[in-house]
Amino acid sequence: MRIDPYMRRGLWKCQHALAPYLFVGPFGLVFVIFLLYPLVSSLVLSLYDTASPRAMRFVGAGNYRYLLTDWLFWGAVANTAYYTVVFLIVEITLALGLAVLRNSRRVWGRNFLRFAFFSTHLMGHVFVAVLFALLLSPRGGLMNRVLSAITGSEVEINWLGRPELAMPAILIAAWWVSTGYAMIYLLAALQSVEVELYEAAEVDGAGRWSQFVHVTLPGIRPVLVFLVVVGVIGGFQLFELPYVLFGGPGPNGRAVTVVMYLYMVGFEMGNLGYASAVGWMLVVLIAGVSAVQLRLSGALRREE
Amino acid sequence: MAERIQKTEFRIGGIQKSESRREGAGVVALNVLLYALAIVALTPLVWMVCAAFKRGEDLFAYAFLPWDHLGNLSLDNFRLLLSREPFARWLINSLFLSTASTVLSVLLSSLGGFGLAKYAFAGRRAVMLLMLGTMMLPGVVLLPGSYMLMYRLGWIDTYWAIIVPGGVSAFGMFLFMAAMRQVPDELLSAGRIDGCSELRLWWEIALPIVRPMTGAFTLLSFLASWNAFLWPQVILQNEAKYNLPIALANMVALPEYRTEYGTLMAGTLIAIAPVVILFFALQKDFVAGLSSGAVKG
Repeated sequence: MRIDPYMRRGLWKCQHALAPYLFVGPFGLVFVIFLLYPLVSSLVLSLYDTASPRAMRFVGAGNYRYLLTDWLFWGAVANTAYYTVVFLIVEITLALGLAVLRNSRRVWGRNFLRFAFFSTHLMGHVFVAVLFALLLSPRGGLMNRVLSAITGSEVEINWLGRPELAMPAILIAAWWVSTGYAMIYLLAALQSVEVELYEAAEVDGAGRWSQFVHVTLPGIRPVLVFLVVVGVIGGFQLFELPYVLFGGPGPNGRAVTVVMYLYMVGFEMGNLGYASAVGWMLVVLIAGVSAVQLRLSGALRREE
Repeated sequence: MAERIQKTEFRIGGIQKSESRREGAGVVALNVLLYALAIVALTPLVWMVCAAFKRGEDLFAYAFLPWDHLGNLSLDNFRLLLSREPFARWLINSLFLSTASTVLSVLLSSLGGFGLAKYAFAGRRAVMLLMLGTMMLPGVVLLPGSYMLMYRLGWIDTYWAIIVPGGVSAFGMFLFMAAMRQVPDELLSAGRIDGCSELRLWWEIALPIVRPMTGAFTLLSFLASWNAFLWPQVILQNEAKYNLPIALANMVALPEYRTEYGTLMAGTLIAIAPVVILFFALQKDFVAGLSSGAVKG
């Protein structure tokens, strides 16, 4: 079949004009159906009391009102906040120390060290939790064996059974996974600080510590802020590690995080409506913390 | 560049060249410290590998390997895993799910990223703002709504529910958009003059240029679905459909695997092996990929 040349040119122009929509279209379609729609639907659901996908009752702001005085929810928030703060302080301190060491002078076997510190980050949180559930087991677990060897007496700490040790157990696993990863970022940041700045500081008679505080820290500030932001978002979404490590809420519910609470309410008890309210409350909490963070990092910048 | 890094390292150490006598001892101390820390980091992994090959009685008798009778090491744990549990099935499920959602997500993100980067069209800004907005939200807020949608579609306990939503990655779309901005417009015009269709411009010009980024994003995407737990746990009910994270999480909850934990460690070893192999094969890209998006200091 011969196509009329005018029509042919018309078709060609047409495919150019339509191209962007055809390119963005498939993504857009999936985005609207599987992301935007569930998002709106979660918001609507949060106004209902549900016992199953078919049994729903409109309660308006009732879920949110109940949430404000739900001490199980606020307990989960407290656990999550405690985890996030302690996790970040220790992670960043350790990672920065490691990065400074790794960055200084002649270090042998860089590839091996990178593998050693980074390899832990390759494991998914579920696999890490499985591993640590066994490492921390009271009898035969490596943790107690090492402690026994150090103290010289038989140590049988029930890491996963004592309420006050629930968070430390989660934190140990979390630090093991992510410190090396944070170190990689900080190492890259350290290497990008201008050498001239150190030279200038030295000319001005600044010592090693003073160089670190006045040249290094301001230089790597963007990466520090990035790590804090990522850490807070990740901390507030903590789920797999405690859920698999303890097989649920842990001793006295000390391992319950906000996301675990959402999961238990929505998918173990079947109240999707209340779970949605928990989800949106989490959005509000993260937004609040982010706003404070922005304020603080802005304030720090002005101070300099 | 290399020279600059060398110099920086030297400076941060803060030691003058004239102090070279002290430097020798310092270097040794530094390396000893770093290697000690590296050993601490690797110990849990080594312990896991040892446990995977130990037999029942040796698991509790020896922390690592039974040095006096190494002949007792065996593949029994792996055999048990395959005979007592449908572990091969779970492994194949995981490979299938991760591959399918990675392919879909790379395809949709790269097409969309090209469209957003290289064409001006009505609604472009709106699309970008909408995606940026959703990127800030914690993913779990979608969970109840998504479950409801899957219930209505009849997709509960199907792989559709995992693969198709896995294709939406606003993050991937932005990565591709940023990378494809670097594709010179002259190349695209030249292609058009030569009679390339718009789709061929994407496939034959843009995609090859952004190949390093594609590699990094593919890895990230595969890793994310390989480790995915919460959403599959909500959706999958039939044991035969489980992926490895769900399967192992269920196994660790069983008392029998707390005592015969060699089997469980063998399973975990298999579960992380593909990722470790990928790491060794693509070490440089891997680190670059995982730290892509890092802000330059």
